[in-house]
Amino acid sequence: MGAARLRVALPAVALALMLAVIFWQQPRVMSYFGLTLLLNYSMPVVFAAAAQMCIIAASDIDLGIGPFLSLVNCIAATLLDARPAVGVGALLLCVAGYVVMGALIHVRSLPSIVVTLGASFVWLGLALLLLPTPGGTVPAWLTDASSWRPSLVPLPILVGIVVAALGQFLLMRTSYGAVLRGVGSNPRAIERAGWSLLAARMTLYGAAGVLGVLGGLALAGLNTSGDATVGGQYTLTSIAAVIVGGAEFFGGIVVPVGAVVGAWIMLLTGSLLAFVNVSSGWQLSAQGGILILVLGLRRLARGPR
Amino acid sequence: MATRLMGARGWLARQPWIWSYLAALIVWGAIVVVVHGHGAIPTLSVAVQVATFFVIVGIGQMLVITAGPGNIDLSIPGVMVLAGFMAMGTMNGSDADLAAGVLIGIAVGLATGIVNVVLIQVFTIPPMIGTLAVGFILQSLAIAYSGGHSQVPAPALARFTTLIVSDVPIMAVVFVAVTAVVATVLRRSVFGRSVLAVGQSPRAAYLAGLRVPGTLAGVYLISAMLSGLAGTLLSAYSGGASLDMGEVYLLMSIAVVVLGGTNIAGGQAAVAGLWGAATLLDLIVTMLDVMRVGAGLRYVVTGVIIIGVLAVAK
Repeated sequence: MGAARLRVALPAVALALMLAVIFWQQPRVMSYFGLTLLLNYSMPVVFAAAAQMCIIAASDIDLGIGPFLSLVNCIAATLLDARPAVGVGALLLCVAGYVVMGALIHVRSLPSIVVTLGASFVWLGLALLLLPTPGGTVPAWLTDASSWRPSLVPLPILVGIVVAALGQFLLMRTSYGAVLRGVGSNPRAIERAGWSLLAARMTLYGAAGVLGVLGGLALAGLNTSGDATVGGQYTLTSIAAVIVGGAEFFGGIVVPVGAVVGAWIMLLTGSLLAFVNVSSGWQLSAQGGILILVLGLRRLARGPR
Repeated sequence: MATRLMGARGWLARQPWIWSYLAALIVWGAIVVVVHGHGAIPTLSVAVQVATFFVIVGIGQMLVITAGPGNIDLSIPGVMVLAGFMAMGTMNGSDADLAAGVLIGIAVGLATGIVNVVLIQVFTIPPMIGTLAVGFILQSLAIAYSGGHSQVPAPALARFTTLIVSDVPIMAVVFVAVTAVVATVLRRSVFGRSVLAVGQSPRAAYLAGLRVPGTLAGVYLISAMLSGLAGTLLSAYSGGASLDMGEVYLLMSIAVVVLGGTNIAGGQAAVAGLWGAATLLDLIVTMLDVMRVGAGLRYVVTGVIIIGVLAVAK
């Protein structure tokens, strides 16, 4: 637990510093509505990062989560509004697609990076088939849900806290959570203890599918329309968020709280530049710089290997 | 008879590059049928010409991936874009500055490669994140450098990239020769054997006295320099650089390597397969274009073929 705290301490400090700069430059952000506006678009990033974390827990990687969010976004803007039952069925099929992908990777022992790369083209293609040009209508209940203003805590912060707490409990505190992380750290031990590796990997991929659907729905609610290319950027952002948040690519080492913190960091780099009056052209540089800074500091803190 | 069949299967299993050529041939056959044989050969030569750009970055990505699990170069698109803009800026439409422009493009790659290696080896940042971060920074440098406006290439370089003599794309011929050199280096040189050995087991390679960090540094430097060259040539081919020209190369560089038969887990490379895979990916686009199928189905088919070839070749 001590090691896990250390892993999340660094990104937490980075996030606090970024928020401090933003509050110092623009104190009005430090309010219920200011924070809601600032963090609204963190919801799809948080869900995408949580989905990516489930895959990384298996020492796999998902290069398709971004286009998957696009696909869900397009389903929400077409089928879900016109024929709700068909739309819900399509979303369930999307989750089933992830479960099948996990099974395929396990049974044929295929590299996840290639299968999810192939899947990314499939998701993007299906999204374009549903909605060749941006548009469509998102059901009213979804836009209402995205603009819901709970008392006390702004919605995006509430979503982050709930995802982090649920992830932390399910993956780190339950016995089956330990089995799931075992897929990435010591699959042979898991198998010898009588657990099905196939079922565990399918569970992780299924969870990623559900979280991806939630991310796509959040995106649809915020944008109030569909766009087949809107999710592309979320693939790499989600991987970066999970790793900045303290996870490792290999060994089933993940930190659910860290993934949420990482998602907020990746989102805020963009806003930070606007608040200190730097052109948005440098946003990618800021994201790259923060990645290098946090990971470089983490390695330095641990000392030479 | 049975043993001969077994022998054939064993031989096939050792030639993972064959599948990409087979798939490319099938797709080309489908195109020939759809267009009733009209322009079958020119279709192929244009596909091979465009495939050359995939192959150039694919060589680098292949060497990086072959050096073992976790090794990947995601800075390729960023290098291509910045190298393209700076090379065009240097050439500015004049043949006199052609060589300087190409050198600037490759130098952008070399500088990037050095930064990648420092991040990966000195700061021990995972390659996927380190190269991704560097790629992000290069992309914003390209925005700052160009403001989105590109100068035009040297006319001679533009001609070289677009020249097709009796259905043979000249640029492709040059890079087929480069590919042959890479294959020979992998098979015969100390560096090449080191890349394969490090990819199979870094520890065993170290114990065998191979220079593991030097080998890893080498593949990242080569990949970045080839990306710089590819960005320069692609800009010349397109009449100028653009900010989004690198985007497809992020995932396609990996797809070309894996479809070509290289083991994504490292330690085994299939150099010849790069051409089959790159041509296949281009022919898929052509096929669905002549069938008047929209972009949506095109992506679905591409994805299914990537997963399908992988599942079959395994």
